Amino acid sequence: MRKNIIYLLVGIFFGIVMYKSEAASWFRIFEMFQFQSFHMYGVIGSALILGILGTQYIKRKQMKDVAGNTIKIADKEKSISRYLFGGIIFGLGWALAGACPGPMFVLLGAGYLPILVVILGALLGTWLYGLLKDKLPH
Amino acid sequence: MEWILAPWPWYVGGPLIALTMFTLLYVGKSFGVSSNFRTMCSICGAGKTCDFFCFDWKSQSWNLWVLLGAVIGGYIASHYLAVQQVPEINLDTVATLQRHGFESAGQAYAPTELYGDGAFSDVKTVLLLLGGGMLIGFGSRYAGGCTSGHAISGLSNLQLPSLLATIGFFIGGLLMVHLIFPLLF
Repeated sequence: MRKNIIYLLVGIFFGIVMYKSEAASWFRIFEMFQFQSFHMYGVIGSALILGILGTQYIKRKQMKDVAGNTIKIADKEKSISRYLFGGIIFGLGWALAGACPGPMFVLLGAGYLPILVVILGALLGTWLYGLLKDKLPH
Repeated sequence: MEWILAPWPWYVGGPLIALTMFTLLYVGKSFGVSSNFRTMCSICGAGKTCDFFCFDWKSQSWNLWVLLGAVIGGYIASHYLAVQQVPEINLDTVATLQRHGFESAGQAYAPTELYGDGAFSDVKTVLLLLGGGMLIGFGSRYAGGCTSGHAISGLSNLQLPSLLATIGFFIGGLLMVHLIFPLLF
């Protein structure tokens, strides 16, 4: 239970960051795909630069987590088609709904109830993927 | 306090997203939101329809707590840490959006045309939101992750698959905004 409260707090922090940095704004996503502002590129880019530096440091130093286990970050499975096709399908939805999965829930908390339709759609889409998985190129 | 209430610039938001990822790594987890949809499908009984949803979802319940936190975070930020925050988007973007019929561009956090109170009573809006969600759900599982899992976590770990996925995200987004939007709006 105590651990769950930590996860909850991480989520609260993440939600506040997403809202305040406007990564949860449909308009910012549209603007990004119009290449008319540096804002979203700055958000993602600075997260990424720090992410790369920190992750490489964690791996080189074989740093341990809070429980004393060495932090292991699993490699992604090798493939081209699933990442490219899946990525393009995701991108189409990301630009239309103007929210990726995290911000969907941030917007729900902010009171934009129609986002529930998007969340329902995402659940249906995930289910559909499960049903069709073996028929798709991976 | 004033800086908290003001919109946070990219150089604050980005590093704090990285901090979120590192905090999860430190507590022995990983940063990735979209896998929660699979967990929720399993909880709803999707395991009866195909094997993909037959897995120990309880091992993923920690991520649902993160998700619940994100909802609470959105509530706190919008109610207590902002005074009617409206993203100051580029005026050219505003003009483009107004041509597409988005009158709320530059005046709201989310477009009232899609996320306003009238959304539920407009069939087209409901279908667009549902369709957008389905593409996101399907695509993120197909690609094995979304913006958090690939564009942040995966690229931070220098994974080529994540680079491919992120390139895909942008191809899809550009197609939607530049080619499909004029047909939809």
